[in-house]
Amino acid sequence: MNDLQFLTWTRGPGLDIAVGIFLLGVLWRLIEIYTLGRKKDLAAPRHAAGASGLHTVFRRSLPPPGMLKRSPVSYVGGYIFHIWLAIIVFLGAPHILLIENLVGLSWPALPSQFIGLTAVVTMATMVVMLADRINKPVKRFLSTFEDWFTWTVTFLPVLTGWMATQHLLLPYTQMLALHILSAEILLVVLPFSKLFHGFTLFGSRWYNGRVNAHKGVPV
Amino acid sequence: MQGPLIDTLARRGVTRRTFLKYCATLASMMALPPTAGRAMAEAMAAARRPSVIWLPFQECTGCTESITRSHSPTIEGMIFDMISLDYQETLMAAAGHQAEEARQNAMKDNAGKYLLIVDGSIPLGHDGAYSCIGGRSNVDMLKEAAAGAAAVIAVGSCASFGGIPKANPNPTGAVSVSDLVKDKPIVNIPGCPPIPVVMTGVLAHYLTFGSLPELDDKGRPKSFYGNTIHDRCYRRPFYDQGKFAKTFDDEGARQGWCLFELGCKGPVTHNACATVKWNGGTSWPVESGHGCLGCSEPDFWDGGSFYKALSAPADPLKFAAAAAVVGAGAGVAVSVANRVKKNTAKATHETTTLADLEK
Repeated sequence: MNDLQFLTWTRGPGLDIAVGIFLLGVLWRLIEIYTLGRKKDLAAPRHAAGASGLHTVFRRSLPPPGMLKRSPVSYVGGYIFHIWLAIIVFLGAPHILLIENLVGLSWPALPSQFIGLTAVVTMATMVVMLADRINKPVKRFLSTFEDWFTWTVTFLPVLTGWMATQHLLLPYTQMLALHILSAEILLVVLPFSKLFHGFTLFGSRWYNGRVNAHKGVPV
Repeated sequence: MQGPLIDTLARRGVTRRTFLKYCATLASMMALPPTAGRAMAEAMAAARRPSVIWLPFQECTGCTESITRSHSPTIEGMIFDMISLDYQETLMAAAGHQAEEARQNAMKDNAGKYLLIVDGSIPLGHDGAYSCIGGRSNVDMLKEAAAGAAAVIAVGSCASFGGIPKANPNPTGAVSVSDLVKDKPIVNIPGCPPIPVVMTGVLAHYLTFGSLPELDDKGRPKSFYGNTIHDRCYRRPFYDQGKFAKTFDDEGARQGWCLFELGCKGPVTHNACATVKWNGGTSWPVESGHGCLGCSEPDFWDGGSFYKALSAPADPLKFAAAAAVVGAGAGVAVSVANRVKKNTAKATHETTTLADLEK
């Protein structure tokens, strides 16, 4: 298989398989999670008014008092990494074109140099967060294989995409094929790992807020 | 025509100054040091018509057309006249047995010294019967001619990589020159067709230095195939700014914006079109408003649609809808199983009383 055949495979059958597994996994898990249900709470609600569920969705995006000082890398790094990664994925011209081809929606792109800079910032932030996870004994103790693995599958698409556009290490065609392949691996892993928080995050926050309010701890 | 090249050129009205300028340009295109232009001029001027055998196999003659009709009259064209082109079916006057005899004589008289140029792929299916010349299969002729050649130059994508004949499903079992010839230096000059100056550049390098130019991992001269079309494209700034033509006749297309979204394969194509251009530097595909097809890359014909962007899916998704249905089905099945488990647990639940605990 030569470079172009490899690239064509990743753009063709590879993408087909990855998107297929992604859709399968996402629908499976969403239906499974949201149909689980909970036992009916027979106790009278202590606090029914207000929108604790909705408030919790936003409130948990802010660090609790004192936590920013205790764990700045988690909060600042987490914010930078998530927002800048979203900029690359949703505002890079080739990515918008892919989305347009898959779902028919498109919007204006940012200049490629800016996306290149964003990739560097994202990677630097991810490396700092990884170092923090290794350095802090508690974080390291709590980390499992899944944490290291999901960090890697998230990091690789950014790294290979940036290296492809900067013409580093391998010819562009090979690096572009590796970039697409790494993104496909991410798609396959996402529904079956903690990366699924992209889909469940706000639902679970809302649920927790709602339950807490029911028990008398409204937000 | 006998004698050194410079005499023949002079007879054709090419001055020494023009020839020197041509050699300097050629040397600079090939990224050779400034002194190489002069060395090239001296060596080429004195060159004594090396024997060249040109074998056309499974091809469309586009490569020959490209070189002979690039623009007229050209020094490239004239240099082609100056080499002793002992066998070239399209250009030679002889035909039939006479032509085959010329080939045999050239091979015998210049054994080990002649250059072998090949255009077209070589079909191996049915013992090579898909393409024969004078009753002999291409594969036979190639093996015989390559045995006595100093070097082999594969002209065009078909000879270099198999090209369109090798495209899926490859009905003739077509292969490239380098698939068959393993013991001779081979230069690949891919393109459909290749740029004429690349061809003369390689010949000039061979005549001057007695060796072939530096090649990349696909056997292509680095000086011409070292960069991608995208990297040297004059429309590149528009790509970087995110300005793309969406159709071939929209405002973006009229403004000369990047053709990436219209399927341009420039980012994955190594060739010199963007710098050398075509038709005597007049224009080239992207300048004329059409994206690059990637014709100088192996298997370009099977690289997905010419009109689909590189970041877009090469084919329509086949499994997505089925996968979504299976996923939803699996979700429903698992949730039903969970409910059954929960209900069974509820049904088999035994209430523990205080009396039980005191037992």
